Amino acid sequence: MTVHASWYLILGAVLFSIGAVGILVRRNVLVMFMCVELMLNAANLTFVTFSRELNDVAGQASVFFVLVVAAAEVVVGMGIIVSIFRNMRSSIADDIHVLKG
Amino acid sequence: MMSVNFLAAVAHVAVPDAVTFAVAAVVVVLGAIGVVATKSPIHGALCLVGTLIGVAVLFLEEQADFLAAVQVIVYAGAIVVLFLFVMMLMGVDREESFKDDPMKVQRVVGIIVGACVLAGVLILANVQWVTGAHSANAPLTGRVSNVNDLANSVFTVYLLPFEATAALLITAVVGAVLLARRRSVVPLVGMTESPEVPPGSPEVSPTELPGDDGGSVAEVAPGGEDKDQNEVVSQ
Repeated sequence: MTVHASWYLILGAVLFSIGAVGILVRRNVLVMFMCVELMLNAANLTFVTFSRELNDVAGQASVFFVLVVAAAEVVVGMGIIVSIFRNMRSSIADDIHVLKG
Repeated sequence: MMSVNFLAAVAHVAVPDAVTFAVAAVVVVLGAIGVVATKSPIHGALCLVGTLIGVAVLFLEEQADFLAAVQVIVYAGAIVVLFLFVMMLMGVDREESFKDDPMKVQRVVGIIVGACVLAGVLILANVQWVTGAHSANAPLTGRVSNVNDLANSVFTVYLLPFEATAALLITAVVGAVLLARRRSVVPLVGMTESPEVPPGSPEVSPTELPGDDGGSVAEVAPGGEDKDQNEVVSQ
């Protein structure tokens, strides 16, 4: 018998919370992006756990699509960060307040 | 109670599975804490690799072989490398000082909110256990590898979303190229070198250039070619 699914869900919750704290606390845009990846991984872990628990491959298919969307998101986000950094020479979120009305 | 279930479950868990899960979980949590806590983004990216590989091990432990491979290839192999590329290329790997924070309250509030999120998710996980129809459309066959199951599902039931991801990826690539390329027409500060605007072009008025050149941005302008170009124009 394998490890009970609750442990996986608790690990996913812990991982998600660490990612959320990182988004709220850190100022560097790149680190905030990495924290988004942590939260996506927590969601993926939960998907796979439920897929195993419910004996349904749909959860794993969802993880497949989440991976694709995460890759696209990172590519576009990196483009935005490079563009911002080229104009403002800063990667700290507090310094990027030009859009403020 | 959940803890009783855990104790009952732990008693029946095979030892290799439990050890694998424990080691991977420790690696995942330590890596995640490293991402949040390290000052340098480079170290954060390396900690992120640990977390991603730990999650891949957990995927393997849950018989999701294909996803474990994709996790390593796409996340650790492509996304983290993209992070490191941007950091090294643009030089945005400056360490963030934790001391002079303009809003000290935000850190405390952030940690409190994170604890609340954790508590809320754990409470929800306690009261509602896994419900729902088992194997609604595509059951896992329980073979050694589930690549066949996943392929059957993706290429039949989820064919339309699968095709949509192709369009999404193309859109993302085009968008990234558009966002990150140098604009050649508009002479923004720090981007004065442009192959389509020759140094003596009438569109670049010489009177504006000293104003553009001054200021803090010009000090970090890449290379010395820009300044030479500007001097030629202003003369």
